[in-house]
Amino acid sequence: MNALIISAVWGVVMMFSGILLKQRSGIRNLAVAGLVLLLVSNILEMSGTVFFKVELKGMIVFDRFALFFDSIIFASALIYLFLSARDMEKVGVNYAEYFALIFFILCGITLVASFKSLLILFLGIEIVSIPLYILTGSEKKNLKSNEASLKYLLLGSFSTAIMLMGIAFVYGATGSFMSAEIIASPGTVSALLIAGMTLLLFSMAFKASVVPFHFWAPDVYDGAPTVFASFMATIVKAASFIAFIRLFNDLFGDMKPEWQLWMAVLTAATLFVGNITAVFQQSVKRMLAYSSVAQAGFMMFSLYAMNTDAVEGLLLYVAAYSLATIGIFAVLNKMSDYTFDGFNGFAKSQPVLAASTTICLLSLAGIPLTAGFLSKFYMLRAAIDTHKNLWLVIFAVVMAAVSVYYYFRLIQAMYFREGNAHEIEVTPVFKWTMVVVAALVILLGIFPNLLLYWFYF
Amino acid sequence: MSGIPISHILFLSTALFFIGMYGLFTRRNLITMLMAIELILNSVNINFVVFNKFLWPGKLDGIFFTIFIITIAAAEAAVAIAIIINLFRSHRSIDVEDATEMKW
Repeated sequence: MNALIISAVWGVVMMFSGILLKQRSGIRNLAVAGLVLLLVSNILEMSGTVFFKVELKGMIVFDRFALFFDSIIFASALIYLFLSARDMEKVGVNYAEYFALIFFILCGITLVASFKSLLILFLGIEIVSIPLYILTGSEKKNLKSNEASLKYLLLGSFSTAIMLMGIAFVYGATGSFMSAEIIASPGTVSALLIAGMTLLLFSMAFKASVVPFHFWAPDVYDGAPTVFASFMATIVKAASFIAFIRLFNDLFGDMKPEWQLWMAVLTAATLFVGNITAVFQQSVKRMLAYSSVAQAGFMMFSLYAMNTDAVEGLLLYVAAYSLATIGIFAVLNKMSDYTFDGFNGFAKSQPVLAASTTICLLSLAGIPLTAGFLSKFYMLRAAIDTHKNLWLVIFAVVMAAVSVYYYFRLIQAMYFREGNAHEIEVTPVFKWTMVVVAALVILLGIFPNLLLYWFYF
Repeated sequence: MSGIPISHILFLSTALFFIGMYGLFTRRNLITMLMAIELILNSVNINFVVFNKFLWPGKLDGIFFTIFIITIAAAEAAVAIAIIINLFRSHRSIDVEDATEMKW
């Protein structure tokens, strides 16, 4: 509850800060202060200190899972602000409004992480999506940015309409929006309920950019300003997966036989298309977009397996993936040339940044001793525990091997190619934050319990 | 109202849904595509109201949901129009065929 109210209020504060504060550094510091406040109040709520007592009628429940996920998201967003807040100045003149929209998105994320009613799911998804349409098109003079926001808007509202149709069917079959009542509804599973569940599955798969509903993702990430593409590919994608797993765990947990095969097919398709297409990309930004589709395939394992391991694994995966991708996007944003060749000789001019980026890339590829390895391990273990569809696990390992190719291509460009990676300006804060990101990635890879411990106590 | 069976109203909402879908996939004018999306949302609204009235009378859940949908659809339309205006400024057209900076 703390995070929900503070994030909404702070969004409004940020809007007014654009009028009241003349200096951009002031706006930036205010945003960082707000995010620190969010993180601290959320951690306080985990230990039982709730500032706001609101009667929610059980529509929103801030349980351990939701609060823990929110903490991961706020921590990632804080790192994101340290790395990229300065680069938002390049996007356009409405500096304060970008932060306001980011706070509204965080408000929506707290909703989708803790919903118990389909109404809250719908509101949360829309509160996340509508500011994202604006952020995608925020580079007003850039044709690609305009076009990306248009595509995102049309496909996004279409998928929202599909989701609403699904909710309407579920309501028609059970007469309620509350997950507890939907599960308890008597009688056999009706065709109406299955139709509603399938429509919800499709629309959530769209939001999480799961193949074959991924077509918007590469275009939108490519067209959007790089700072916001980074936010969308990490924090928002993590939120849509949390909503996805909550929906199918709470509402349709009893109907697992009906959807498990669907999930297996979607997982395999996502892994295949994401990894194979990423191999052929020439632009690093587009490669990262396809890599986010491929990583979504691994996150789909948690939905396919849906057991304790899967939930733990998803939380670890979200943390590992967000950290690494935010780091790589932040470095990419500093480059003037987004192709692989633009990174030639980067290790010579910026050894510290190149080393941190390499650790992030190794984590995404799933090399041992990094967080990416353990999170993939958790996912595959959860899938093996279901004792079904072992081919899926083998296929995932093969696809992880394919992903090594395009991640290592970037490392090769940085270390083993002669080139003139342009001298880029970085502040000491940026450099040290990158080192912290790399250190966190390794720390989580060696001691994942440091993170998961918080989940239980 | 009592004389109309539920199937007639569900037929209306299904028809609206597919008319909207057809419009979204065939029309190339952005304003028309936006109207098609609104049509789909309104068909969902009819669905909610009719399920509430015929299947689950006594509670008002479905009707409340409709009000939320109308509000959100208005917010979405506002953002959509802003994006279309922005696109018109750069492309001098609101035809989606002209917005092909990136290939699918």
